[in-house]
Amino acid sequence: MEWYALDSWIVLTGALCAIACALPGTFLVLRNMSMMGDAISHAVLPGLAIAFLLSGSRSSIWMFVGAAVVGLITALATQWISHWGKVDRNASMGIVFTTLFALGLLIIVQAADHVDLDPNCVLYGALELTPLDVVAEWNWFGWLIELPRATLVLAIVAGINLLIICVFYKEMKLAAFDPDLSEAQGFRAGWMHYLLMAQVAVTTVAAFEAVGSIIVVAMLIVPPATALLLSKRLGMVLFLSAALGAAAALMGHLAAIHVPPMLGFNGTSTAGMMALATGILFVLAWLKHLKFN
Amino acid sequence: MSIRPHRILPVISLSLLALVMLPLEASATVTTWGDSLLRVLSLQDYNTRLVVFSTTLLGMASGWIGTFLLLRKRALMGDALSHACLPGIGIAFLIMVALGGSGKALAGLLAGASISGLLGVGAILIIRRTTTIKDDAAMGIILSVFFGLGIVILGMVQELPGASAAGLESFIYGKTASMVQQDFNLLVALSVLSGIACILLTKEFTLLCFDEAYGRAMGWPIGKLDMLMLTLVAAVTVVGLQAVGLILIIAFLIIPAAAARFWTENLVRMLLLAGGIGALSGWLGSSISALAPRLPAGAIIVLVTAFIFILSMLFGIRRGVLPRAVAALRLKRKIGRQHLLRAIYELQERASVADGSAKFNSRITFASLCQHRHWTHKAVHRLIRKAKKEDHIEHFDGAHLQLSESGYGEASRITRNHRLWERFLIEHADIAASHVDRDADSVEHILSPDMVRELEQQLKSSATPSSPHPTGGKH
Repeated sequence: MEWYALDSWIVLTGALCAIACALPGTFLVLRNMSMMGDAISHAVLPGLAIAFLLSGSRSSIWMFVGAAVVGLITALATQWISHWGKVDRNASMGIVFTTLFALGLLIIVQAADHVDLDPNCVLYGALELTPLDVVAEWNWFGWLIELPRATLVLAIVAGINLLIICVFYKEMKLAAFDPDLSEAQGFRAGWMHYLLMAQVAVTTVAAFEAVGSIIVVAMLIVPPATALLLSKRLGMVLFLSAALGAAAALMGHLAAIHVPPMLGFNGTSTAGMMALATGILFVLAWLKHLKFN
Repeated sequence: MSIRPHRILPVISLSLLALVMLPLEASATVTTWGDSLLRVLSLQDYNTRLVVFSTTLLGMASGWIGTFLLLRKRALMGDALSHACLPGIGIAFLIMVALGGSGKALAGLLAGASISGLLGVGAILIIRRTTTIKDDAAMGIILSVFFGLGIVILGMVQELPGASAAGLESFIYGKTASMVQQDFNLLVALSVLSGIACILLTKEFTLLCFDEAYGRAMGWPIGKLDMLMLTLVAAVTVVGLQAVGLILIIAFLIIPAAAARFWTENLVRMLLLAGGIGALSGWLGSSISALAPRLPAGAIIVLVTAFIFILSMLFGIRRGVLPRAVAALRLKRKIGRQHLLRAIYELQERASVADGSAKFNSRITFASLCQHRHWTHKAVHRLIRKAKKEDHIEHFDGAHLQLSESGYGEASRITRNHRLWERFLIEHADIAASHVDRDADSVEHILSPDMVRELEQQLKSSATPSSPHPTGGKH
């Protein structure tokens, strides 16, 4: 088997995406808001379209700002509709993201002459191509290291998420399991909720812009759910879900290289394989869980 | 939960009126735009007629099924299901190509989508039953893993020589504006089927939504009913998916039902209303999109549905934000008025006890009133202004105030209710006299005349009892 620097970058990017997603994802699963990642990754379409129309370029900083703003709006609007209208939270999530996606679609079609933006492209992403977009390169003891942009972005987001979890670990834990006690003790459970939502919005946008939405949705939910089957301690669950996600990234890439030739095909989507790999790890943990219960 | 038909009927008739009025209004404007609106809304073009009919039917069918999904707190099931269809589509394509077909026969693709959708639903149910993982996390897992598998399969299929897999994604994104007779026939069959199922199984599905555990204890086949309901969801999703696309079908399964919930507490009415809202948005949305180029039908329909949802959320009679706010404000005013009158009554009572005279509608001072319940001057001024408007207060000069005849009667009645309820709580609910004031306060404002009569009977008391605890603040 031949292993290039390219493969290392793909696996590293996937693993960083897994770590960045697993940390807020664990709290999403604990708070019964697992579908938030899916909702946000659909809902940001109008943000992308408007940012593109206003800035006139596909420069990623504007797209990122637009998407992050709409991601936050999604989280807030979901909260408002379920609070003021007394609508089930998952239903209000569905209402908000379908409406925003429709709005984005309408904007893109209306401005088809000016916008060269393909909804499919936004949703699928192209993990295979990330190593080609290089932001920095340097020479390290004779090795030429070319740092891809996606890897850098995801490393930053993973670092921020890790920092937030380290600083607010106690508060987030309390707010996830007993918001009332948390309020009574003087921690603002509401602020923790909004912090988590902001974290999810930024992580989702950063990750799917880099590697496509399907892998984000999978990495947000599946590794934490798997970890919750294996451990009951929050610290352990956080560690396990990051580790499982990273393992799934490696497995997924290996499978994407080796499985299609075995079946007589040329190749396939790496992000899809990574999502599938998280599923396989989940099934293994599930079988173990069934055996011991 | 009381049912008031006169509250909901105007809504239905208004929407029906809107249905009838719109073409009329359009015909009044003698412009080309008005003409084309009329042509579209009254279904004169063959092409638009097919699309409009189809989306209307689909909106109705998914409104019905969506109602049960919403009440069962599984609103996002359509989302999970529609993503879980993808691997089935890819595999069906592969099998049909292997058998020598073109790979794009609608029946085959539909069958593949349904099978993998149902497998996904089955997996969700099994995960939920065998682990502590919640519904929404199970849906998320199935959604992302199945979709990942689907992308893997499509990724492989697309490089297949000889057979073009292009256009398979249209199964996910829909092709609303280019529907054909075949889609329409499928949609008619689907809506008839789901209509019949909803009528025949209303009772069973209601039980499933509201009290699953009770149903199981009564010996109902809950697991099978659950699967049957989800099969219907799968049917709507698969048929809708290829006709109108993923986002519209998810929206159709959630938004009409959620909008209908604001108008009624009655399940049958909610079903009818959700079906109506779905149909109305399908009809209006596809008509609007046919008017001008570059208005994608799916997106316009979702936006029309969302608009109806926002209106319902604001104005819905039963749970709408504004009607609830108005009701809360009214209750707050009523409670404020009752507190004021009772405070005045208690002050008058204390004065008469101090003099040793009989109780009468005596004048009291503003300062004593503020002190009595530790109210601020501003709050008391506001309460007095409101009470004056209702003619409960006859005279107020800033320092003294005097109740009117009707105000005095009302004050006696309110105080009596409060004390009856307090005595009931002390005698029958074993609440300490020192705590009873606040407990009584949470119920006395909504005591109905029937309940007051019952209290009188229970306590064998028709006069106003004396207070079981010292009244007012500092004495």
